[in-house]
Amino acid sequence: MSIQDRVIEIIAEQAVLEPSDVTPDSTLEDLGIDSLGLVECIFAIEEEFDISVPFNANEPTKSDFDISNVKSIVNGIKELMVEKT
Amino acid sequence: MKRVVITGAGTINALGHSVAETMQAMKDGHCGIGPLDFRDVDRLSIKIGGQVIGFETEGLFNRQQMALYDRFTQFTLMAAKEAIDQAGIVFSGELAARSGVVLGTAGGGVSTWDDNYRSVYEDGKNRVHPFVVPKLMNNAAASHVSMEYNLKGPSFTVSTACASSNHAMAQAFTMVQSGMAPAMVTGGSESMLCFGGVKAWEGLRVMSKDACRPFSLGRNGMVQGEGAGIFVFEEFEHAKKRGAEILCEVIGYAMSSDASDIVMPSKQGAERAIAGALRNAKLNSDEVGYINAHGTGTAANDKTECAAVAGVFGPHADRLMISSTKSMHGHLIGGTGAVELLACIMAVRDGVIAPTIGYEEPDPECALDVVPNEARDADVSVALSNAFAFGGLNAVLAIRRI
Repeated sequence: MSIQDRVIEIIAEQAVLEPSDVTPDSTLEDLGIDSLGLVECIFAIEEEFDISVPFNANEPTKSDFDISNVKSIVNGIKELMVEKT
Repeated sequence: MKRVVITGAGTINALGHSVAETMQAMKDGHCGIGPLDFRDVDRLSIKIGGQVIGFETEGLFNRQQMALYDRFTQFTLMAAKEAIDQAGIVFSGELAARSGVVLGTAGGGVSTWDDNYRSVYEDGKNRVHPFVVPKLMNNAAASHVSMEYNLKGPSFTVSTACASSNHAMAQAFTMVQSGMAPAMVTGGSESMLCFGGVKAWEGLRVMSKDACRPFSLGRNGMVQGEGAGIFVFEEFEHAKKRGAEILCEVIGYAMSSDASDIVMPSKQGAERAIAGALRNAKLNSDEVGYINAHGTGTAANDKTECAAVAGVFGPHADRLMISSTKSMHGHLIGGTGAVELLACIMAVRDGVIAPTIGYEEPDPECALDVVPNEARDADVSVALSNAFAFGGLNAVLAIRRI
């Protein structure tokens, strides 16, 4: 499974949606994921990809990790995975 | 001063998943204590407890709720639903704004601490689920009850070890009695039956390896239980106006502190709590027909408690009945007073006195009528519920038939 499919699966589960309802352009807000849900998503992503996501719930927009939509999250994960290797 | 009545009761514990099942088990003298079943139990020297069995969360709570509910919160919500359904009370408007929830727990989310310590220490993981803190905090259960039932008045959690529930219910009582709140949801919950929880208790060497036999010669300690007991305390006129079924009246309480030792019980501290409850409820001592004892089954507690009862009641101590239902459901620590109040309600409302089971031989230091082994029919109009906690913090409640 591609990174994007794995991320969509995580986000869909959090939003209680089918993966087919989540597209690369979906924002977490569109999907009805609130701040607690976002923190759970980040946790699930860290577990899935064995990375550490620089995200502070106090300043979600100031983090280096761009969470504006699914695509930006996937790109952020790719960068972190490159940094790790 | 307002009169305070109980209009709803709910429980889940080793004897049953409802009040009806629990009271039936008490009438039958059924023992809910058995072999513990959880991870690493083989590494414990204490392998028995009053575990809640057959409790399936599937279908009760959704995935999001499960991520937030420790077992002690799950128990609380189950019992709260039963109590509030029975009371038939809907919290909205002014009633919601002034009614709250005060609960007791000693440990809060013990298994959440345990699971996550295991994960970071034993499994070497460096990350925990984001909800660990809101899941384990001692007030989680009270907060979830407030959210579920729209309770917006005074709400908090009391933690006084084995007296937590009684302290919580005493608080709720004063709030309704004073007119501060028209109704309060109150009681307590505990869930320490996991490896770390039982291991901690083993350290004190007060636990029995075979059975809880309160007041019986040769008793060898306490046995832990788990579960919750939740009640709706309501102002009498408010309940009457709604046509609510009234289970009993709460007539008084007292709290005291031994100010002496962190674990050893004190006769004087217990006496002051019992005598204080009689004064607060304006009772003559000979009106009390039944006492639900703290009765832990330890050598120290049971003889101290009997001496305190004898000291307060004088000759009437030989006429009243006193039993410890911990012999059946185990010691629910912070939730114990709440489950034990059910035995008091059964006494004054149904005229059935729950027994002290596992009783083998009289102990001259516990020479009271402890209702050994078999429930008894009796006409009792007033009952007390004792709780004497580690730390020397005591709380005694008084209820009356209505």
